[in-house]
Amino acid sequence: MSEINSKTLESQTKSSVFRRRVFGHQGVMIGAAIVLAAVLIALSAPLIAPHDPYYQDLLNRLVPPVWDSRGSWEHILGTDHLGRDYLSRLIYGARISLLIGVGAALISGLIGTVLGVAAGYFGGRVDMIVTFMITVRLSMPVVLVALAVVAIVGGSLQVVIMVLGFLLWDRFAVVMRSSTLQIRSMDYVAAAQAVGCSTTRILTTEIMPNVVNNLIVIATLEIAHAIILEAALSFLGLGVQPPLPSWGLMVSEGKDMMLFEPWLITIPGVALFLLVLAINLLGDGARDITAPENRN
Amino acid sequence: MLYYTLKRLGLAGLVALTVSFISFGLLYISSDPAIAMAGETASDADIEAIRQLYGFDRPILVQYFDWLQRAMSGDLGKSYYFRTDVSALIAERLSTTMTLGVSAITFAIVLSVPLGVAAAIRPNSVIDRIALFLSVMGQALPSFWFALMLIVFLSVTFRLLPTSGSDTWQHFIMPTIVLGYYAAPAIMRLTRTGMLEVLSTDYIRTARAKGLRPRVVLFKHALRNAVIPVVSLTAVQFGFMLGGSIVVETIFALHGAGFLAWESITRNDLPTVQGLILVFSLFYIVLTFFADLLNAWLDPRIRIN
Amino acid sequence: MSDRVLHVENLTVDIPLATGILHAVDGVSLHVDRGETLCIVGESGCGKSLTSLALMDLLPTKATRKIEKLELGGESILGYSEREMSDVRGNKMGMIFQEPMTSLNPAFTIGNQMIETLRRHRNLSNDAARDLAKRMLEKVGITAAGQRLGQYPHQLSGGLRQRVMIAMTLLCEPELIIADEPTTALDVTIQAQILLLLKELQSEFDMGLVLITHDLGVVARIATRVAVMYAGQIVEEGTAKQIFENPLHPYTRGLMRCIPVPGKTKRGTPLGSIPGMVPSLIGDFTGCRFADRCELAGDVCRQSDVPLRDPNGKLQAYRCIHSIEMLAKGGVA
Repeated sequence: MSEINSKTLESQTKSSVFRRRVFGHQGVMIGAAIVLAAVLIALSAPLIAPHDPYYQDLLNRLVPPVWDSRGSWEHILGTDHLGRDYLSRLIYGARISLLIGVGAALISGLIGTVLGVAAGYFGGRVDMIVTFMITVRLSMPVVLVALAVVAIVGGSLQVVIMVLGFLLWDRFAVVMRSSTLQIRSMDYVAAAQAVGCSTTRILTTEIMPNVVNNLIVIATLEIAHAIILEAALSFLGLGVQPPLPSWGLMVSEGKDMMLFEPWLITIPGVALFLLVLAINLLGDGARDITAPENRN
Repeated sequence: MLYYTLKRLGLAGLVALTVSFISFGLLYISSDPAIAMAGETASDADIEAIRQLYGFDRPILVQYFDWLQRAMSGDLGKSYYFRTDVSALIAERLSTTMTLGVSAITFAIVLSVPLGVAAAIRPNSVIDRIALFLSVMGQALPSFWFALMLIVFLSVTFRLLPTSGSDTWQHFIMPTIVLGYYAAPAIMRLTRTGMLEVLSTDYIRTARAKGLRPRVVLFKHALRNAVIPVVSLTAVQFGFMLGGSIVVETIFALHGAGFLAWESITRNDLPTVQGLILVFSLFYIVLTFFADLLNAWLDPRIRIN
Repeated sequence: MSDRVLHVENLTVDIPLATGILHAVDGVSLHVDRGETLCIVGESGCGKSLTSLALMDLLPTKATRKIEKLELGGESILGYSEREMSDVRGNKMGMIFQEPMTSLNPAFTIGNQMIETLRRHRNLSNDAARDLAKRMLEKVGITAAGQRLGQYPHQLSGGLRQRVMIAMTLLCEPELIIADEPTTALDVTIQAQILLLLKELQSEFDMGLVLITHDLGVVARIATRVAVMYAGQIVEEGTAKQIFENPLHPYTRGLMRCIPVPGKTKRGTPLGSIPGMVPSLIGDFTGCRFADRCELAGDVCRQSDVPLRDPNGKLQAYRCIHSIEMLAKGGVA
């Protein structure tokens, strides 16, 4: 039974369908809005932060946020135990979270994609080895290994990005591998091979464009994963080091005073939660949009 | 089935061996064990003496095999800090972690499976939306922050639960919630997807056409098939919980293996850290091995040829 | 217990879609007597499967059905609650589906699935149920029945599985069996065996059989009466003899032209085909649904809905405005 008429044909152009899917998807819209806001805030930190996040004003320690009776507009979100403006630290903290999230995801994405696509495309021994590597990586407790390495090498922004980057590639590899396997068995790849296209060409023109959708979805989820892990590592003291305003570190620094000055842990925690939530919504939404049949 | 089991066993062994080598190598490459052992105030001569005494100057492969041999017989070396056997140390702390882990995964299952089933029975209903909402929220919540929030609200504001220590079962409530909630969304989603798929199969249609009661169709026919992938996932999540226990035990001051891990790392207690990495990995490997077997056994198509 | 095993009047199935309401089944009325096989023929999408599901009240949740009369063995089962219907299903009324490979639960043994049906509807002990199941398997021609009971579905071939399905459906000796394309997924040789089996069992158990198919060959083999469906409506019905020897409705005639008849169709004659496509059934539709594809169609055909008529009273009804004489002249046979 077909309902083909000119009106239906019109509204079926690829980009308009895509736009409708994107803007009609609540999760994507909310997620994108928050992530965009976070990115803008992070990028324009020097312009919008009211104070220097490292400046210690010891006479004004532990000032509550503006909505408390003792607060003031001078420090909208109050100050921490060293008198540093919390709002400014929060804003600069966004930089750290996003930098680490994206940085780690780039590294792990590269490693995982190369491994996964190779395994899926070449099969045989290569696949066996890569699958074995994935199993080994999955068997290792990420948090423990990350903590151990950071403890030995010393904590810093770069170290955290490297460590997370070299540990979080497994999901990339798994998904890229299965996507590649799927695409590889398609007829158009067999056709390309039959015509004599080189492996590189097949990989770039046939395989990659079709696995990119999944790649984007996994990338967003791993960015969120890396952000949470960094926060946890910094919270335990083995991530980004003070005086950097990592949100995890801010929670850690505030926890001793959390009973009387609860904003010290609430504010960075809420920021973390919102950012990770937004990124997850984007990732889930990306999955819904690019492959609605995978939606459950 | 036997062949399948043996294959899996061999693979598991190989993975365990590789992990042990990596964890061994990782820590040896990134620091000098002689210095770590000697302490900060030791002189160069002392360090050299220790190096020769403990054989740290031998090639790494030799050191590894030596360590491996001892590890196979249960000797994981001596802790730099406690000066006792690492294996004994870990064994002592492991029971707390196991208790925590088991209650956490039980909590996660009890929470997620019924929710996933309920959501699948009525897709797009209120309960479905609530289930998905909770799962999205749960995945974004950082565990350490959640733990602190719980402490502030439940321990302090409402004085319901103790803050730290492990004396009574009440001490385990908040840690269980914090460790368990993170696994819940994944389990819920998988249950939901699995049930949705199963409920639309031909054999469920047959079951209904036979006039079986809805409860029988749901619990006997549908769930039995939908639960198979969930078993694997649960095992995997349980394995991850060991890693998660580090944060939870540290915040709640539960003296388990996770807390020991954090302590040993901050003290540069190399043998203990190595031993813990090995134990955690082995645990995960054994767990997934049994989950695989269970998985295969649950599906007659694999169990019988 | 009446002879009329199934009596349906004016069955409609609507499915709400994003673009409108799909009238998948429109005003279908059927009846089947004991010992009678009614074949519902039609192409994919004509609504025949939905009709059968509607009779069992097993429609997907979104679909709604409206029926004026629904009687099983003389009793109306129209207002039955889900609970009451579940007592009827598998008991007085059974259904066999198209895909034997996926119609049985892979996690339970054949015996388990058969015994559960028996114990659901009959007060039998486990052993008694097992015995009965074993005998039923033997009756459908399965050897080593005792062993089969302990086997899992994946250990049986498609043909065997379909026999098991038949046996399972017969366990409670239903008055009516609906078989939805039971042989379509099987090899041709097995098809013949299964059809023969169904026929034998029908006479042995004195049941009514509704067999849904798109294959006229199957109809020729097994039908007592035939109902031809097109675009959600019955366009012609009659005895098998009537339909094959003297098809009235242009669609039925078109169908007959598509199959070669050994002995009659001359070599080299091109097989017929029906040009055009099935119309969209979303939203309201007036007039004859076959009009766009019919050589005899005129404006009058599209003006108003066409009822099923049986002008000669011979119990062969067709849904066309034209008289039988006009159809004979039209040259479409």
